[in-house]
Amino acid sequence: MSITYLEAIREAQAKALADDPRVFIYGQDVGAFGGAFKATKNLALEFPDRVIDAPISEDAIIGSAIGSALEGMRPIIEMQFADFSTPGFNQIVNHAATLFWRTQLPCPITIRLPSGGTSGSGAFHSQSMEAIYAHYPGLVVMTPATVEDAYSMLLEAVAIDDPVIFCEHKYLYYHLKAEKLPTEAMPAGKARISRAGRDVTIVAYSAMVHEALAVAEELSTEGIEIEVVDLRTIKPLDTDTIMASVARTGRLLCVGESWPWGGVTAEVIARVATEGFNLLDAPPQRLNAKDTPIPFHPNLWLMHRPTARSIAMAVRNLLRL
Amino acid sequence: MDTRAIPDAISSFREQCMKAFRFMLQSRVLDEKMASLYRGGKIHGGVFLGKGQEAVSAATGMSLLKGDIFSPLIRDGAGRLAFGEPIIDAVRTYMGSALGPMRGREGNVHRGRPAEGLLPMISHLGAMISVVNGMLIGRRFKKIQNTVGAVSLGDGATSTGAFHEALNQAAVEKLPLVLVVTNNQFAYSTPNSRQFACRHLVDKAVGYGVAGHSMDGTDLKACLETISAAVAAARQGQGPQLVVATLLRLCGHGEHDDAHYIDPELRNSALGRDCLVLAESFLTEQGWADAKIIKSWRKDAVRKVEEVVAAVQHEPGPDPYKEDWSALSTRHLSEGSQSL
Repeated sequence: MSITYLEAIREAQAKALADDPRVFIYGQDVGAFGGAFKATKNLALEFPDRVIDAPISEDAIIGSAIGSALEGMRPIIEMQFADFSTPGFNQIVNHAATLFWRTQLPCPITIRLPSGGTSGSGAFHSQSMEAIYAHYPGLVVMTPATVEDAYSMLLEAVAIDDPVIFCEHKYLYYHLKAEKLPTEAMPAGKARISRAGRDVTIVAYSAMVHEALAVAEELSTEGIEIEVVDLRTIKPLDTDTIMASVARTGRLLCVGESWPWGGVTAEVIARVATEGFNLLDAPPQRLNAKDTPIPFHPNLWLMHRPTARSIAMAVRNLLRL
Repeated sequence: MDTRAIPDAISSFREQCMKAFRFMLQSRVLDEKMASLYRGGKIHGGVFLGKGQEAVSAATGMSLLKGDIFSPLIRDGAGRLAFGEPIIDAVRTYMGSALGPMRGREGNVHRGRPAEGLLPMISHLGAMISVVNGMLIGRRFKKIQNTVGAVSLGDGATSTGAFHEALNQAAVEKLPLVLVVTNNQFAYSTPNSRQFACRHLVDKAVGYGVAGHSMDGTDLKACLETISAAVAAARQGQGPQLVVATLLRLCGHGEHDDAHYIDPELRNSALGRDCLVLAESFLTEQGWADAKIIKSWRKDAVRKVEEVVAAVQHEPGPDPYKEDWSALSTRHLSEGSQSL
């Protein structure tokens, strides 16, 4: 038996619904239809009152999630695509994220964002929004890269008393499989060393972890040993694990699928440069998507985002610095 | 007067009007004091008055029961008092007291007691409606019945996407929501003619499939009757109710604004009448109060405000060195307390 990243997300939601009567799922087409990606498949059958179809009203969807949380509920919101969280942006960053600071009342809402690129999805169904939400105080931002993390982190997101932006990668939905669901989990806020190595640290998250691991595998045949750090949670950022890895390797490449300006890779490099400058043997490097809207055609798309090929090139350049 | 001789309904309505009037008066007096402190440089940030809107606001607060939800907007001093907010919450929040409900983290009208159903507004107009929807949905999950959520809005908020999404959502979910829109003719300086093109804002109700009500917002009796009927309908399961009160804002957007853009002709029209003056005449005409009683009520209202202000002036502001700089309740996930 094997389970995909998408099935893990479905199973986590099934468990959350079964374990806690305060949990409900609200989003577009999540009910009988089972969600655009089938992440809520059959959940409405099992929990008919707690898996609810919403109108196409992202602002009202998030606003009502906040209200229900004030009443002690623990909503899981499915944004059909991360890209469509922008009409709900105001309620996320100005309302959910400020609620605890203003009132001392918790705001336990989980907002699932099907994120990242799949070929052919174009400018409005491919975005990665983690950096923009991480910018705002009052939000936890998770970016699971493995089937096990997709499951355990989603359960943890539901249990956390604060708003969690859960960035699940659409490319991993079907491609990534595990033998079984985990029974133990690393806590949120801790990064994982996905592969140990002595020569270069690649800090990555979400789908880019797998591109980095592929490069590490490839370059190890040439004797280049890459350490891959999977951030898991980008806010809070596990600076300690990053710094410890850079202390071992002396070289840092940070890879993100989102756009270059500001963002996660810039933040990681800023922290390493300010707090661990003396650990570096070479200028820290980063690789992001190109600074254009995400293109539709596979020829363009493959060049737009970082891939194992461009990451390998960046690692070789970094080793020459 | 021997109240036993009066039928219950009339007696009760008389009591309602008198109670509402006193909330209106208390709110006006509190507003005047806050404006005075603002002019004296004693208040940091803005001051926003409810002048001219006390009748509709008081009527909204009074139509709700303990346990209901009320999401006031910036001109709802009277409604807040009627819903049970103590005067000291307003004064402490305006004056930045660390002992207030917002502890200096928020000011002026951004206050509330959400655990008691009184929501602290964010500035983005229309945003509170769907939050109240969510509270009502939460209560439905918890099988709490006979509950109502009221949201106060202005004419400007009806132009937002949030208003549209939330009213539609409430209609789809058949929630016991009462939206009280006070059309005071101006959103800051923008007149109705640049805000919407429908004949009357209440016409929007039919488009959303919700009940619509409208009344003269300067008329306390009409406000009490209309809003309590709307609240009762919502409570009885008749779904969302859109109430539109028409009046003129008798002050600037905030105390920083002299409202020079309001045409004097409009000020002198029936729309520009002061609901507090009209309510006073109404009570007097009905023989329910006279000038002497009203004077004593005003004196009482002034005394209450002065006492609170005198006490709050001695209260400390927040200490930035002792502030808990965490935006998350889950402390170990908070980056806020780290210096980056």
